[in-house]
Amino acid sequence: MSETVEITCISCPMGCDVELEVNEDDDIVDIDGNSCQAGIEYVKNEYRNPTRILPTTARVKGGVLPLVPVKTDEPMPKGLLDEAMEEIAKVELEAPVELGDVVIENILDTGVNIVATRDLPKK
Amino acid sequence: MNKQEYELVVVGGGPAGLAAAQEAYDQGVRDILILERDFELGGILQQCIHNGFGLHYFGEELTGPEYAQQFMENVRERGVDIKLDTMVLEVTPEKDVYAINSDDGMLYIDAEAVILAMGCRERTREAIDIPGTRPAGVYSAGTAQRYVNMEQWIPGEKVVILGSGDIGLIMARRMHLEGAEVEAVLEIMPFSGGLVRNIVQCLDDFDIPLRMQQTVTEIHGKDRLEAVTVAEVDDNMQPIPGTEYKIECDTLLLSVGLIPENELSKDAGVKMHDVTGGPIVNEGRETNIEGIFACGNVLHVHDLVDWVTEESLVAGKTAANYLQGGIDKREQEIEVNPGENVGYIVPQKITNDVEDRKLVDLYMRCKKPMEHVTINLYSGDKKLLDKNERRVEPGEMITFPVPEQMISDDMDSLKVDIVKEGE
Repeated sequence: MSETVEITCISCPMGCDVELEVNEDDDIVDIDGNSCQAGIEYVKNEYRNPTRILPTTARVKGGVLPLVPVKTDEPMPKGLLDEAMEEIAKVELEAPVELGDVVIENILDTGVNIVATRDLPKK
Repeated sequence: MNKQEYELVVVGGGPAGLAAAQEAYDQGVRDILILERDFELGGILQQCIHNGFGLHYFGEELTGPEYAQQFMENVRERGVDIKLDTMVLEVTPEKDVYAINSDDGMLYIDAEAVILAMGCRERTREAIDIPGTRPAGVYSAGTAQRYVNMEQWIPGEKVVILGSGDIGLIMARRMHLEGAEVEAVLEIMPFSGGLVRNIVQCLDDFDIPLRMQQTVTEIHGKDRLEAVTVAEVDDNMQPIPGTEYKIECDTLLLSVGLIPENELSKDAGVKMHDVTGGPIVNEGRETNIEGIFACGNVLHVHDLVDWVTEESLVAGKTAANYLQGGIDKREQEIEVNPGENVGYIVPQKITNDVEDRKLVDLYMRCKKPMEHVTINLYSGDKKLLDKNERRVEPGEMITFPVPEQMISDDMDSLKVDIVKEGE
């Protein structure tokens, strides 16, 4: 029995709705609905291992603002986003913070770091 | 009154003001002052903590604060003067700038040129006339974004979002990640004004429903929002009786459009454009008042900050030319007019004779989404240029570069239309 999976391609603003046919061994046997090669690469990756950049904030003590924006320095597995949010919520940094400072190294063993995305001076 | 003199005053220290000041400096202007009402530079980018900025300008994907910080460092390195926490009260046609802050008190700045870069603000509940009570819990999406991302306040726990433009979509994900329940995103149009990638990454990823052709018709709750009534709308955006249903929620975020913030411009005598809501400008982003320029979202609402930067570099450069001995004018002004399926074009006219220029970029928006289109540029009845696009939509600004050598002295108008390929 094969199964059809629908994925919207976001390689470009066209946003093609692409259909993947997957057989019982979880092999992709057919891809339909894409209008270019980039679409094939995107949906294969999105089916096998969907990843996302996670932009959020971390708490800071003594800064001009109580929060500093942070992000993953590489895309991380989509299924771990909620867990990553909980890890980041445990952190409280001390001002000053600089853009690029590593806030959490290797979050959830993904090999991805959480880094600050701006300078945050002391109050 | 505290009197100061500057060659160039830039009103607003967001991405537009920063890029304009930077470019004016690089073109040789040394006496520049940026006036910013917030406690820091960077403008709205500081609260846009998500990624997706800078792909065109930097060739890499940055978050809003990273994009802003690059330009903040650039103006600081150049030694541009900056006044923060400073509110500009008035700009006169003579380029006198009145401002106020708690260090200087009332400031009077005698400027030779002014760049208006005040950005835009959000439409409110009042602007779209939603009936009902007036409880707490109804926010514009951008206000909520600032609370959540900068000030550490969560607006509520159960959220409905009206409007599926990018800010609405981004806030849906943000509220979800911070632990709120996002019940639905409602869109009055049959299509979303947001980017496809945001629909996928902000809604689909978290199973947040996007309901097209629906709107909020009533707000319920005494002190705090308790529920909203939602109805389906017809093709004229009128609610269809009998389709109403209620969603319980304590928070309603409105992402229902942006308005260029032009009170200062109007007081200065700057002429406005009906469709953009911003000043009418030439290709150097100069307004009808000589020496007053405008760029960024105060001029027209942009979808990408990269285009704000590009436009503001143009404004900064023209302001520098103006200060350094003037700009040569063409014998004849060329009007730039929108044709079929084009909502507006900026600039509205081409008036300058610039020696080293290779291209004039026309920025435009289409009126309705279309696939497989040809964008045609005409001078009178004569077609000068065309380009094909796979897809156009009102949410995505189209850039149409016109080579300088195509612009001739005998032209008096240009027109752009967007038609189906092959028509």
